[in-house]
Amino acid sequence: MECPKCRGRMRTFDRNGVHIEQCDNCRGIFLDYGELETLTRMESQWAQHQYAPPPPAHGGPAWGGHHGGHHRGHNSWIGMLFSS
Amino acid sequence: MIEELARLARRDGPVTVLKQTRVLVVRAGDVVVKAHPPDTDERALRARLDAAGNLPGVMLAPLGLERLDGRLVTIWPAGDALTIADVDAGTTPWEEGGRLLALLHSRPAPPELPPAGGPSRLPRAMAELAAAGVPDPVAAPIRAAYATLPPVRAGGALTHGDWHLGQIVRHDGVWLLIDPDDLGAGDPAWDLARPAAWYAAGLLDPRDWERFLTAYLAAGGTAVSADDPWRELDAPARALTVQLAATAVATAARAGEPPDDAAEALVSACGRIVAATEAET
Repeated sequence: MECPKCRGRMRTFDRNGVHIEQCDNCRGIFLDYGELETLTRMESQWAQHQYAPPPPAHGGPAWGGHHGGHHRGHNSWIGMLFSS
Repeated sequence: MIEELARLARRDGPVTVLKQTRVLVVRAGDVVVKAHPPDTDERALRARLDAAGNLPGVMLAPLGLERLDGRLVTIWPAGDALTIADVDAGTTPWEEGGRLLALLHSRPAPPELPPAGGPSRLPRAMAELAAAGVPDPVAAPIRAAYATLPPVRAGGALTHGDWHLGQIVRHDGVWLLIDPDDLGAGDPAWDLARPAAWYAAGLLDPRDWERFLTAYLAAGGTAVSADDPWRELDAPARALTVQLAATAVATAARAGEPPDDAAEALVSACGRIVAATEAET
């Protein structure tokens, strides 16, 4: 198959069940119908597997909040750790 | 006052002011000298010092009690306190905190000890909120959450009364609790309630909270049940959330600044407490 952009030669790779055509010349990539969605789904599954914190072993209150990690700066939070 | 305090230490070496609030704390050489607030109840303080002196391996023991210009002054061996650098480096000894509180809670409270000071801080924080001129939209969720709080559960365990990361030091290589000013008989879940409130507000990293709580339970801590710690934690953690929110927004208002993101996280938690209470009833 010929690259639609630079007319170079496309080579076929198989990555986790997804067919990828890559141009030997410009390195551009061509995906078949549905393959982009397959890749996106695989990526999000991987990210969940990698980054999802384990569920807290000891639960939490019904009114507990979201742990976004947005409070790491040197604001009053650090001082609060050390004050009455 | 600082020089006179340093003289009470009877030590050579540099003098450093560690704290100057309602209390004045000065380090001189290898000793720390603390002038207590003028209205301190001497009998209560003596009972608390005696208790601290009888908790080897758990609490730092005092070296002496003196009087200066009508104020009670306590003298202590200087330990190494935690710093912000420890928190930044991720080396906060959460396990030690949990273990020491578990040991403390396992001891019977001597009968002459007054009640632990924890719960009395909440009305003081609400009074500060009222006095600081906090804008109503900010103060309203805190007041609403305060109104939903259940009555304080009585308890007879030996309780620190004011635990946070400034309340552990390393002395001769051993971590110890310090500051018995609020030590007394009470519901020991209040000693876990401040970190629990930080966790519930989304401020404390869940992994740090789990380290602390797991160590507490592993050391035989009796304040909470291992299968469902929030059964006992929920009420004191709600109270501490309200207290911390009130203190944070009052401090910001007095400095003429808007509440920062930590204060806002606590105010949001107050809003969720109100919503959770409405959902329960």
